[in-house]
Amino acid sequence: MPHKIYDKVAGNGLISRRYLLSIGATGIGAVASSTVLGADAGINFEIPSWSRTPGPGASAYGAPSRHTQHFQRTHGAPNATYPGGGSSRSPLQHLQGSITPNSLHFERHHAGIPDIDPSGHHLVINGLVRQPLVFNYEDLLKYEMISRVYFLECAGNSGALLRGGNEDGTAQSLHGLVSCAEWTGIPLSALLDEAGVLPEAKWLAAVGADAASMGRSIPIDKAIDDVIIALFQNGEPVMPGQGFPMRLFVPGWEGNISVKWLTQIKLTREAAQFRDETSKYSDTLHDRSSYQFTFPMGTKSLITSPSGQMSLDRPGIYQVTGVAWSGSGSIRRVEVSADGGQTWADAAIQGLQLDKALTRFTIPWAWDGGSAVLQSRAIDSLGNVQPTRDAILAERGNISTYHNHCIQSWSVNSFGEVSNVYV
Amino acid sequence: MYKEVVIIFFAICVALSTLVVNSQERVRLGTPITEADLEGFDLIAEPSGTGFPPGGGTARQGKEVYDINCAVCHGADGEGTSGNTIIVGGDMQSEGPPLRTVGSYWPYASTVFDFIRRAMPATAPKSLTNEQAYQVTAYVLFMNEIIGEDTELNADTLIAIEMPNANGFIDRSHIHSN
Repeated sequence: MPHKIYDKVAGNGLISRRYLLSIGATGIGAVASSTVLGADAGINFEIPSWSRTPGPGASAYGAPSRHTQHFQRTHGAPNATYPGGGSSRSPLQHLQGSITPNSLHFERHHAGIPDIDPSGHHLVINGLVRQPLVFNYEDLLKYEMISRVYFLECAGNSGALLRGGNEDGTAQSLHGLVSCAEWTGIPLSALLDEAGVLPEAKWLAAVGADAASMGRSIPIDKAIDDVIIALFQNGEPVMPGQGFPMRLFVPGWEGNISVKWLTQIKLTREAAQFRDETSKYSDTLHDRSSYQFTFPMGTKSLITSPSGQMSLDRPGIYQVTGVAWSGSGSIRRVEVSADGGQTWADAAIQGLQLDKALTRFTIPWAWDGGSAVLQSRAIDSLGNVQPTRDAILAERGNISTYHNHCIQSWSVNSFGEVSNVYV
Repeated sequence: MYKEVVIIFFAICVALSTLVVNSQERVRLGTPITEADLEGFDLIAEPSGTGFPPGGGTARQGKEVYDINCAVCHGADGEGTSGNTIIVGGDMQSEGPPLRTVGSYWPYASTVFDFIRRAMPATAPKSLTNEQAYQVTAYVLFMNEIIGEDTELNADTLIAIEMPNANGFIDRSHIHSN
């Protein structure tokens, strides 16, 4: 196919997003037209072995191809002083679309994953209610449910970026504490209505059934607005690592507040001031005062390909792609720069563009073999613009590193090697 | 005119009765319980004093409980090794990045008791008695020079404690969306 003259829309090779549509190309990788004929290129067109022998039959629960089984979450080593504590990170650089497979959804545990028998699990609503109630799992399955696609992001995601270093960081190691799924469950408001919330109740305390009995407080307005008691994730019962048999899901807010293994909701006058909303998930500023209860996650985006530790094999056209999200609304636009933020072009939105959900963006880029710095910048439906790292550091410093939603910069050198960089 | 008013009145009645029927048709499967049923289950101890069990203890009593159950991770004097295990010392106004511990950072004493009772010791959470939880809370506060060794810590005295960094926080809970 002859090279066509394509529209440059921003510096250092960004191309009009209409270009790829015009040539009908999709997928990651170089799409530069090849002038080498198949036979000359040494491609083997013999019928392959898998086309000559029947494979195994149907299975009870699917597993990925053995050729992609290494696309896995990463997690830290066990820590004797923190049994079961820690996190696992989603392999963002290997994923496409907007929905994270359940087995690759990030995890954060404070005392490991409890092995809960649903028949022995209670959901209690007490405190400032007309009638304290207890619900069991089988009965909850009989309630009218709703389904919503929402991202979930740990407040600590991307925190390491504020500290510096991490030249070898990947999309997964730096930003893998964000995922997105369709959550199905009961609006919390329905159960609160059944118990009868008293007017003096301004907060609720949610507690999990894990060994840490992890607790968080939520303002009542949010609780009755859009919070869900999630029983299903992407169509199947939430996995133990995500809170089986049920978790709270608090759309758009820091992940820790979506309490897993939910076993108690207590209506209160004030916040309970749990350890994980005072000592943890609070942000100390330059002047040593500390933000407490930073709930909505910031407007954010991230290029997942090309990204840290990938390499571009030859100059040509690449599809730059990534995900954007906002804890306050939907993604209106994502801009991409290939020259470290000097010039920007609008990326195309690919697929779902939902409220408080991961939104996939893409833009073609002609890499000329020189150095480049790739960045993305999200703008949400309320007009919030993703800030630079310098702006976050100026506002908050790096004593605390929760709630970081700064722009990620990936440098591409003349060998095509991609690495984390600060610009 | 009168006729129209009657018709509107009946229309409203029909609409309301539909709503009532609908709400009765909704699934309502919660089993009524009492707060007394939740003794031992509801572990939430609030800054207001709500949720604290009877009893109490002192740091002097707490030292032995601490040495047996806590020192393996938190060190003999709360010095820990890193991160969450360091529970004593620190200064929010220090030159470099402040060491944030129970003493230097935590805004409420109630949280110390609440967290110890629900989540500590990390290898066997909820294995301490309420008395022991009061005693260890007292010992942690004593090591941070917040209370005396023989101060009786109970629901009343505990919530009266003003932590050193109590005024160090900016409440952003009213921000639900950016």
